[in-house]
Amino acid sequence: MMPRGDSGPDPVWSRLPQAFRIPFSGTRRELETAVLALLASIAITSVLMLISGKAPGHVWWAMLTRTTSDPYVLGQVLYKATGIALTGLAVSLALEARLLNIGAEGQVTAGVLACALVGTALPAGTPALVAIPVCVVAAAGAGAAVGATIGVLRVWRGAHEVITSIMFNAIVSGIALYLGNRVMFRNGTTTGAPIAPGAELSPLGFGGSSANTSIVLAALAVLVVWWLRGRTTWGQAWRAVGQSPEAARSAGISVGKVQILVMTGSGALAGLAAANFVMGHKHAFEEGLGRGTGLLGISAALLGRMHPVGVAIAALALGFLSSGGLAVGDLVDKELIEMLQGVVVLAVAAAVPWVRRAEVAA
Amino acid sequence: MTGAVTGAKPEPKPSATGDMIAAELDKTYPGCVVLTGAKLAVRRGTVHALVGENGAGKSTLVKIIAGIVRGDAGTLEIAGKPVAVAAWDRRAARAAGVGIVQQHGASAGTLSVVENAVLGVEPLRGPLVELEATAAAMSELGRRIGLPVDPWAEAGRLPLGAAQRAEIVAALHHGAKLLILDEPTAVLTPIEVDGLLDTLRRLAAEGTTIVLVTHKLDEVRAVADEVTVLRAGKTVTTFTASAEGVYRDARLDVAAIARAMVGTDLPPPPPPAAPAADARAVLELSGVQVGGELQAIDLRVRAGEIVGVAGVDGNGQRELGLAIAGLVKLGGGAIRIAGHSVAHAAPAARLALGLAHIPEDRQHGGLWLDASVADNLALGRADVTGRLQIDRARVLAHAGAQIAALDIRPGDPTGAARSLSGGNQQKVVIGRELSRPQLVCVLAAQPTRGVDLGAVVRIHDRLRAAAAAGAGVLVISADLDELLALCHRVVVMLRGRIVGEREGAALQDAGARSALGALMTGVEAA
Repeated sequence: MMPRGDSGPDPVWSRLPQAFRIPFSGTRRELETAVLALLASIAITSVLMLISGKAPGHVWWAMLTRTTSDPYVLGQVLYKATGIALTGLAVSLALEARLLNIGAEGQVTAGVLACALVGTALPAGTPALVAIPVCVVAAAGAGAAVGATIGVLRVWRGAHEVITSIMFNAIVSGIALYLGNRVMFRNGTTTGAPIAPGAELSPLGFGGSSANTSIVLAALAVLVVWWLRGRTTWGQAWRAVGQSPEAARSAGISVGKVQILVMTGSGALAGLAAANFVMGHKHAFEEGLGRGTGLLGISAALLGRMHPVGVAIAALALGFLSSGGLAVGDLVDKELIEMLQGVVVLAVAAAVPWVRRAEVAA
Repeated sequence: MTGAVTGAKPEPKPSATGDMIAAELDKTYPGCVVLTGAKLAVRRGTVHALVGENGAGKSTLVKIIAGIVRGDAGTLEIAGKPVAVAAWDRRAARAAGVGIVQQHGASAGTLSVVENAVLGVEPLRGPLVELEATAAAMSELGRRIGLPVDPWAEAGRLPLGAAQRAEIVAALHHGAKLLILDEPTAVLTPIEVDGLLDTLRRLAAEGTTIVLVTHKLDEVRAVADEVTVLRAGKTVTTFTASAEGVYRDARLDVAAIARAMVGTDLPPPPPPAAPAADARAVLELSGVQVGGELQAIDLRVRAGEIVGVAGVDGNGQRELGLAIAGLVKLGGGAIRIAGHSVAHAAPAARLALGLAHIPEDRQHGGLWLDASVADNLALGRADVTGRLQIDRARVLAHAGAQIAALDIRPGDPTGAARSLSGGNQQKVVIGRELSRPQLVCVLAAQPTRGVDLGAVVRIHDRLRAAAAAGAGVLVISADLDELLALCHRVVVMLRGRIVGEREGAALQDAGARSALGALMTGVEAA
């Protein structure tokens, strides 16, 4: 009987994320959920390995030792984690305001496109002090624009953000490919011209890996989101809108305004991931650059239980799985390890009601 | 005394002897006793009205009889046969001829009327569902009893009245001898209501037993042979239409039914101190209209005055509260808070003018259940939290003060609001809203609904204190005793309009309660 907002009854898929967001009475429960989910997914993947005739213990051990002993692999873990952390923050920010931002993928692409366009347009002699902020703002701004559009469509027109953001993923990648073909790709390749050298972020070393200083940007983003979320009235507003929209409205919080702002911020965070890919690694636009990071961000948000620090840890874990999977490519098909990333999400979904019940019983 | 009727407008005789329903039932939900030995005896072929205030347990009682909700204990006989309460489910009830049309309908909107009718009991021909025979039978049945239905219409697209007709026909098609209707008129227009009441009389004349759950006494008067009154989960009494009256309307003592519904067993409260005669108006409504629910409301609350809005739930009080708080779009009219026009202002702007809003549903409107007590006490209160970075120390100090003032238990400001009892949750809402600085006007919707007696006293004290400090207070409540205890003036809402008003000494009269009760139920005009 209660009014549920302006856009009518929520469709089934929008209730799905709610299953992930049942709040627990403390970080301990959240941690239990994440660890439980990780262990469960490792167990499930082990069974799959057994079925395909591999020795799981051997594979896991090799994954751990090869990753930690090879600085290159370790660097690749950090490189992957940087992008995933930013999209993970983007998705969890939106989720906490009861918005499922499936579109982080498209927002990353928008960021990559804008970052590369601006980066190549800058004169070659632009000093880093100017070039870096300009490119970072371009990346975040492009992501924010896509996010804001999704938010506005949701709040003003009642168009569900899952549908619109899936559409935007297709639209943005279409635009990127079109612009690539028309103005950016150099004869016969799918790579654009290099960005101004001043806009490049320096590598962190690690045996020539792709890890770069954009990890500082990601750490900063974790810190800022953590502060906003837990220490400010803004954070309180977006979480109240997510958990009790009616109470928020009664208390004078404009639910629509908060949702649009949150989608804008979420898009900006996803767009920021472009700094890692364009400024930190490829130094140019490339077809498919950053692809998959948006979707892994959803896994990171769920596994990290929507807490910024949790998301950062989850991003490292997911980065480890995806780089570590490559490192043991001679022992096991890499598809098996890729499946693990999907299994993790399912395991979180399954673990939440379990831990919830344990909490109620306690 | 039996209900055999004589007179100029002869009514059908109840067909046979014996009771269709003989029930005495208990039901407890966690933390809430809904029914304690609630008795209902319904004779065959009669229209039996089940009346009572909201929360009296009417819906639960009929849902147990229809097998939708399981009773905890008690006895139940259907058509003279005792049934096991613990094993009574919908399937058994349907087989015994018990049909029910629920309050908000129970149709799958995308299916056709006939598909809904056979849902769960689909007639099969081979592996396929055979619908034509059922559809034809429903059309024919509908025609015969004067309830035309289109079996192939999509249920979700039907007007509410037609959807309800379809549910009635479906129940009768399945051989219902007993038809229960749970507040069937709540969703109908007046013309549809008249049509439905005609139908019920006709069905009773053909031998179907009808149980009508309602709290509208004009409907009861129009259609019922007998009336059972429930209050707080207990049966108060059963009235039987007298055989003497020439007109059906005169055969039930509705004033007595109204008294039985609201109860008269509480002592009269002390009269509150009157507001200053020249006090300025802090809340003014003129011609306020919202959809079809609120029609041209004029209302004025002066500083220091406590005004009550009485009425049976669903007569526009909810919309009145939402309109004042800014949570619903106005169809027309003007609202002024402290002299400022706010008809199109956002909720935040109204709160900034000194409005405090206690929403009627603390679980959904009042509280952020997953947050702590302290955060709830400071939600939207920039004067406590600070503009951007939250001043944790001030939030906790504020919480401590409110917890002490209202005796909120448990008194841990960091505990989740969800874990508090209903009364303590309501105290949190009261604490947040009534501690606003520069309080000008308080809108309290059902401030003590479902709250224990101790909390009621504290909440009333805070509302009185707010008025004494110069705020105008508007209390919307379905509880007449609460309004009589609190208010300087009480207005009565019925069908989206204010239909009457009592003030000052007239409120403390012995007859005030029954006069207001009569207005609430539409028995008499102002």
